[in-house]
Amino acid sequence: MDQYTLNLLVVGASFALYIGIAIWARAGTTAEFYAAGRGVHPVMNGMATAADWMSAASFISLAGIVAFAGYPASAYLMGWTGGYVLLALLLAPYLRKFGKFTVPEFIGDRFYSSGARLVAVICLIIASTTYVIGQMTGAGVAFSRFLEVSNETGLYIGAAIVFMYAVLGGMKGITYTQVAQYVVLIVAYTIPAIFISLQLTGNPLPPLGLFSDYTPTGEPLLSRLNEVVQELGFTSYTGQDGSPLAVMNMVLFTLSLMIGTAGLPHVIIRFFTVPRVADARWSAGWALVFIALLYLTCPAVGAMARLNIVDTIYPNGVSAEPIAYDERPDWIRNWEVTGLINYEDKNGDGRIEYYNEANPAFAEAAAARGWEGNELTVNNDILVLANPEIAQLPGWVIALIAAGGLAAALSTAAGLLLAISSAVSHDLIKASINPNISEKGELLAARISMAVAIAVATWLGLNPPGFAAQTVALAFGIAAATIFPALMMGIFSTRINNSGAVAGMLTGLIFTVVYIFLHKGWFFIPGTNQFEDTLTGSLLGIQSTAIGAVGAILNFIVAFIVARSTSPTPEHIKELVESVRVPRGAGAATAH
Amino acid sequence: MADTHTRARTDGSGYWKANLRLIYICLAIWALVSFGFGILLRPLLSGIRIGGTDLGFWFAQQGSILVFLALIFFYAWRMNKLDRDFGVEEE
Repeated sequence: MDQYTLNLLVVGASFALYIGIAIWARAGTTAEFYAAGRGVHPVMNGMATAADWMSAASFISLAGIVAFAGYPASAYLMGWTGGYVLLALLLAPYLRKFGKFTVPEFIGDRFYSSGARLVAVICLIIASTTYVIGQMTGAGVAFSRFLEVSNETGLYIGAAIVFMYAVLGGMKGITYTQVAQYVVLIVAYTIPAIFISLQLTGNPLPPLGLFSDYTPTGEPLLSRLNEVVQELGFTSYTGQDGSPLAVMNMVLFTLSLMIGTAGLPHVIIRFFTVPRVADARWSAGWALVFIALLYLTCPAVGAMARLNIVDTIYPNGVSAEPIAYDERPDWIRNWEVTGLINYEDKNGDGRIEYYNEANPAFAEAAAARGWEGNELTVNNDILVLANPEIAQLPGWVIALIAAGGLAAALSTAAGLLLAISSAVSHDLIKASINPNISEKGELLAARISMAVAIAVATWLGLNPPGFAAQTVALAFGIAAATIFPALMMGIFSTRINNSGAVAGMLTGLIFTVVYIFLHKGWFFIPGTNQFEDTLTGSLLGIQSTAIGAVGAILNFIVAFIVARSTSPTPEHIKELVESVRVPRGAGAATAH
Repeated sequence: MADTHTRARTDGSGYWKANLRLIYICLAIWALVSFGFGILLRPLLSGIRIGGTDLGFWFAQQGSILVFLALIFFYAWRMNKLDRDFGVEEE
């Protein structure tokens, strides 16, 4: 059986599974559509949360970022997992106790203000929409690479699948599909990693393999990696830039990712689906267990792939001649076709010279070897996808990677689309436009909003704005600077009133968006930025990706000052906060 | 419901204080392993070698994630116990 047929079979089987689940888990009520009837077991919910959270970026791109950046990429690893501690301790149990359906609904009720609710809806829609574009384009790429259909056709297939289970089943359909998608994606991610770890270190567990000895030379894998990359002029893999500015940026970037993670609505609403407050606490732990399986494997995949690439190109060591282009392995040939690996024979010797040409200190050494520039460029995104080929694993593993990448993209897209459509049908239509809408009417409105959201996401996937990659900073920045502080203050302070919350959220939103635009260009139009987005060129010495944490701090400060100088929170709202803080009575709150 | 509120207000403050104390402890550890050991204090830990690199690198790429996991489960276990001790668990 050839690779293409295998890919079709494995991906087709996974899709059949998702659609089967969709038909089985149809939603009949708004409680089922928005919160899966609050009957999801905490372990199942943890698994679904993990699939919801781990996007095409986590599955496809992260290992590549770690491989080529080394230690600084730890910010992603800590940031995208550390946020779950904040969720579990500061938000999830209380929001579950509150017992409503959406994040803006809590903000609107707690701050007794439809204005606050509206600001929250706007933040939610901006953050979620920018995020969903990446998922749709990711799905399109995976389709076109593995199923040899055009990008457009791939997108339509992906949209049709999501439409099936999201519109039919709402949160209920999405939850059970995500459980299946999690299993597909984690198996696809870990199998190649286990084989590669065995090949390089003899240890079958990749996270342990990362700190084990490299079998061919007997020295630790990471020391070996540091040696070879430095001999090619790259910075040390494990090295840290100890300058105060770099350290401060790494701290703020990590913090922004953490509070951004805790503030992303599509993750928060997952905790509305479990039966009890105690389950919400456990469920956050289970979510992190399932997420950690990938995030602990990821740094091993990155480091090992980097070493594999260097060893492939310099089979006799980095001080000897690199391999001839004609003798390159099959995986380089396969990926050259996609344009994600490029080779240019700059000095005309027919060999692949791969080194850091941007390092002035290395220029002399390179010139002495007759090198006239780096000749090989490898795109971050191919590492995970090409891993089974690099490790020469059988064809079914490659097919599994295709299904895994699609599972990661589709599961996250579905979660985001649900967050968007419930904000539209529940927070806009039911709360503002037509409060008397019937249960049936609201369910229909929710399904129509979902269908419209999918259509918009597909259109954006077909016509991606040139800035798609940069908008991730925007999504995290907004979630960190607006939604997280508002939720946290709503639970932990009775003093913060409606004016304080609205002023705080608007400050966080405007500050963060303006700061990002100042560095990335206004509305991401290239060339319209006033500051360089670098350590030394940026306005406050803080890169735009790390600004969300500062926006959050400003939000807290402004909210406290404004709340102190305006009329205090009414008694019945204080009662509400008191009741959110204790688990007893959660069942009653559900019945709303 | 009214009954629940009175309970929460009267004996709930001890419960809430205990919860806050637990949160402070957990978040202090959360910050220590990630921002501390993983970033700011990494130079201080550079003497402790592990698998070809230093302890700070291990915390940044693995250790912090493992501690996060332990923290969430510890908190869930302690809080669920606290709920019962103060009689505010769900029926």
